[in-house]
Amino acid sequence: MNSQWEAVIGLEIHTQLSTKSKIFSGAATAYGAEPNTQACAVDLGLPGVLPVLNKDAVRKAVTFGLAIDAKIAPHSVFARKNYFYPDLPKGYQISQFELPIVGNGHLDIDVDGVGKRIGITRAHLEEDAGKSLHEDFHGLTGIDLNRAGTPLLEIVSEPDMRSAKEAVAYMRKLHELVRYLEICDGNMQEGSFRCDANVSVRPKGQQEFGTRAEIKNINSFKFVEKAINHEIERQIEVIEAGGTVVQETRLYDANKDETRSMRSKEEANDYRYFPDPDLLPVEIEESLKDEIRATLPELPETKKQRFLEQYSLDLESAATLTSSRELADFYEQVVAESGGEAKLAGNWMTGDVLGALNKAGLEIGDCPVNAERLAGLLKRIADNTISGKIAKQVFDKLWNGTATADEIIEQEGLKQITDTGAIEAIVDKVIAANPVPVEQFLSGKDKALMALVGQVMKETQGKANPGEVNKMLIGKLRG
Amino acid sequence: MHNKTLTELAAGLRSKQFSSVELTQTFLGRIGRHETLNAFITVCEDGAIRQAHAADQLLATGQAAPLTGIPVAQKDIFCTLGTKTSCGSKMLDNFIAPYSATVVEKFERAGSVMLGKLNMDEFAMGSSNETSFYGVAHNPWDTCCVSGGSSGGSAVAVAARLTPVATGTDTGGSIRQPAAFCGITGLKPTYGRVSRYGMIAYASSLDQGGPMARNAEDAALMMQVMAGFDSKDSTSVDQPVPDYSAGLNDSLQGLKIGLPKEFFTDQLDGNIAAVIQTAIAEYQKMGAEIKEVSMPNLKLAIPAYYVIASAECSSNLSRYDGVRFGYRCQSPQDLADLYTRSRGEAFGAEVKRRILMGTYALSAGYYDAYYLKAQQVRRLISDDFKRALSEVDVLMGPVSPGTAFRIGEKTSDPIQMYLEDIYTIAINLAGLPAMSIPAGFFDDMPVGLQVIGNYFSEPKLLNIGHRYQQVTGWHLQIPKGFE
Repeated sequence: MNSQWEAVIGLEIHTQLSTKSKIFSGAATAYGAEPNTQACAVDLGLPGVLPVLNKDAVRKAVTFGLAIDAKIAPHSVFARKNYFYPDLPKGYQISQFELPIVGNGHLDIDVDGVGKRIGITRAHLEEDAGKSLHEDFHGLTGIDLNRAGTPLLEIVSEPDMRSAKEAVAYMRKLHELVRYLEICDGNMQEGSFRCDANVSVRPKGQQEFGTRAEIKNINSFKFVEKAINHEIERQIEVIEAGGTVVQETRLYDANKDETRSMRSKEEANDYRYFPDPDLLPVEIEESLKDEIRATLPELPETKKQRFLEQYSLDLESAATLTSSRELADFYEQVVAESGGEAKLAGNWMTGDVLGALNKAGLEIGDCPVNAERLAGLLKRIADNTISGKIAKQVFDKLWNGTATADEIIEQEGLKQITDTGAIEAIVDKVIAANPVPVEQFLSGKDKALMALVGQVMKETQGKANPGEVNKMLIGKLRG
Repeated sequence: MHNKTLTELAAGLRSKQFSSVELTQTFLGRIGRHETLNAFITVCEDGAIRQAHAADQLLATGQAAPLTGIPVAQKDIFCTLGTKTSCGSKMLDNFIAPYSATVVEKFERAGSVMLGKLNMDEFAMGSSNETSFYGVAHNPWDTCCVSGGSSGGSAVAVAARLTPVATGTDTGGSIRQPAAFCGITGLKPTYGRVSRYGMIAYASSLDQGGPMARNAEDAALMMQVMAGFDSKDSTSVDQPVPDYSAGLNDSLQGLKIGLPKEFFTDQLDGNIAAVIQTAIAEYQKMGAEIKEVSMPNLKLAIPAYYVIASAECSSNLSRYDGVRFGYRCQSPQDLADLYTRSRGEAFGAEVKRRILMGTYALSAGYYDAYYLKAQQVRRLISDDFKRALSEVDVLMGPVSPGTAFRIGEKTSDPIQMYLEDIYTIAINLAGLPAMSIPAGFFDDMPVGLQVIGNYFSEPKLLNIGHRYQQVTGWHLQIPKGFE
C-alpha cells in the first residue's frame, strides 16, 4: 500500500450457532437436506404462526459474550428488520437492533509478533434467510427455505484494524474462539462462518474516517485478505485520481479478484426496525451467567500461556498446538501418556504429525495414529531404544498400520545397538577402510568426521546411536 | 332447539332429547335459510355432520366432554386444517390452512362441531364488516344496517341463531362493538389469556381472541375451552385457568363501579347514555356503589392505536407477497411486478390504507415522532387504567357512540369510522379484559354496556354480566324473523 494512506477496517461476522433446532421453530438445522424438507409452518411464514425463542441459542450467545469479556445485556430485545425478498418468508427478519444481547468486548490478535486489541462493538442474535437458487430453473428462481430460521450470532467489530493482515488475524482468532466454545462448527464452505468487511482509507495522521464501502459475503480467509487489499487499492486510486469514494455495498468476485458495486447508499433499504411484538424481551439473570461462566472451557489465549509455562514450548509451537481444542487435547494426552515428554511431543506434533495430516488432508480428530500410539513411539526415542531417524520409519508404520511402536521395533529389529563391543568393531573397520577422511580429520578438518559417522551408521543400518559413534570415533582417532 | 343455552344443549344431548346430528342439521338448515345475512364465508356441512356423528358415538358411550356435540362457528381469522381460511381477504381466498389454530384445536378436543367460518372485515381491519372481500354481513335487527366489525359475521350468526356460539377476535373493539350492535354478549379477554397461535395477525400486541355468545353463562363455558397458556405463543401468559362458571352467581353487594367521566361527554348519543344510565341503576339496585373516575389520557387512544396497529400490520402483512401462498397476479414480468400487482390486486382499500400509514410511521426520521410517541402514550393510558382500577373494581360505560349505522353510511369517511371504536380501543392498548352485554334498545336497535375489569378478572366480568342477565331480559330478545 502507498505509504501516505492508512486503511480502516471493521468486520461483521455471521456465525451460525450449532443448535439442534432453529432459533424460532422446532425444525432441524442440519445442512444439506433436500430443499424445503427442513422448513416447518413457522419457517414458511404461514398466516397465524408465531416464533418461540430457542433457549440454547441464547446460551450460546451468552457463552460468546463471556468469552470476549463483554457486557451481557440483562434485557435485550428482538426487532423486525423489514424488507421484501423471495427467500425471506415473512417479509421481515427477526434480529436485534437497539438492544443486542452482547455489548462491548474485545479480542487480542497477534500480527508478526506484535499484539493488538480489537474492540467488539456488539454481537446480536438473528435468524438466517433461505436461499434463492437461480440456476436450473429456466429463467425462474427456486427458493429453498431449509436455512430460513437458522440461528446466527452477528459479531460486529470496532473499526480497529489497519490492514488486511490484521483483519485476517482477527477473523482467524474469532474462528478459533467460536470453535473452542463449541457454539459454531466454523465450516466456511457450508456458510457457518461468513464475513462482511467495512473498508475505508484516509491520509496517514488524519483523525476522521474516510467514506466506507461494505464488501459482502467473503467466505474464506484468503478471499478476505485479497478482497480488502483490492478494495484499499481501488479507493486510493479513486482519491488520487481526484474522485471521491461513495458509500455503497460491493460484492467480491473471487474469479476476477475484484469488487463491484451492488447498491449505493441511496438505494439502501429503510428497514423500519421496530420491536417484534410476538416475542418478549430476553431477560438474562446473573445466575445464568454464573452457570455458563462455570462451564466455559479454557480459552485459546489462556491455554497458550499455560502451554508456554507448563511445557516450556516456544511461542510458535504453543500457538500452533492451541489453535484448536482438539489439537491441544491430543497434545496434552500425548504428553501424559509419554510420561511427560513435553518438548519431544511438541516437536513431533508440530512437525511430523501435522505434516502428515496436512498431506493427507485430515483433521486431528481423524489422525490414524492416536495419542497413545504416538506416545509409545516417543517413549522409545526418549529412552534411546531407537534413534530419531529410525523413529521416522516407525512413525510411517504407525500411520499405515495398527501395530504399536514397540511391536514394530521388535518385528523389524530396529532397536539401537547398545553392545559397545559390536559398535567398536564396526568403528575399527570403518577407520581402516577410509584412510582419506581419517587423514583429513587428523589434519584439522572436523567436518571429515561426519563422513565417518555416516559410514558407521550405514554399516549398522541406522541402529547405532550417532552420539555414541561420534564419541567413539574421536576417542580412537585422537588416541 | 336453536334458542337453548349451551348448558341446555349439553343436557338435551345427554338425555337424548336430540342427537348432535339433529342439532347440527338444525343449525345448518338455519344457515341455509338465512344465507342473505352473509354471516358465513364457508359452511362446513360435510365436516360438521361427520363431527356430529362422532360426537353422538362419544355421547352414547358416556365419554362426552362438556361441549361434545355442540355446534360452534369460527371467525375466519382462525386457521382450520384443510378448510379455507380467508381472513376476509381476496389475498387468502385460495388459502387452505395446513394446520389448525390452538383455539380451533381446543374446541375440537372439547368435542364441539364446527359449522363453518364466519365473515369478517378484511384482516380484521374495520368496524362494520364492510371491508370484507365477501361483502357486508347484515344486522339481523335491521338488514339495512351494519353488523359492526371486525367480528361481524360472528355477531350476526349468534344473534340470528345460526350457531349457538362463535369465536371472535378483538384488536380495538372487534368483539365488543359487533356484540353491542347485534345484541349479544362478547368478551375480550386479558391480552395473553387466549393463544394467538394460528390466529392470523393484524396487530400482534393488541389482538386477542374471545367468546361471542347469547349470554354470560355461555361465554363462561367458551372461556373454559379457549383460555390457557400455549407454548407456541410467547406472549400467552402462563397462569392457571380458573373455573369461569363457578362464581357466576356471586353477589354484587358492595361492588365498586367506576364511571370514567371521559366516556360520558357530548360525543356520546344522549339516547345511548340514557340506556347506559338505566343499566347502571340496575347494578345499584343489586348493591353496587358508583364512583366517577377520570382517565385524562383516554383522548389520545385513537391516534396512538392507529399508529401502533398500523405499524404492526404493515409488517405482519408483508408475508402476503404472492411467492408461497395466497393470491398471485397473472404472468408477473419481474419480482417487483409480482409484489406490487399481487398485493395491489388482492388487498382492499382499508388494508392498503393501514399498511401505508404503518410503513410511514416506522420510516427513518418518523419513527420517534410516531411509533415511539405512540408507545409512550400507550404507557400513559395503561397507567390511567391502573390508577382507576385501584379505586374501583370495574369500569362501566358505552361500547360505541351509537347503535348500528346504515350500510354505506360511513365508508367514505375513515376518520368517522375510526371514531366508532373510541370507547373500546384504549382497553386493547392497556391489555385489559372487557365485556359487552345487551343493555337495552334505542330505535329498535340494540345497545351494549361495556364492563372493563383488571387483568385476569374475566370471572368477575362474567359474574357481573350473568347477574344482570338474571334480572333483565335484553339478552333474550330475538330479532324479528329469526325466532
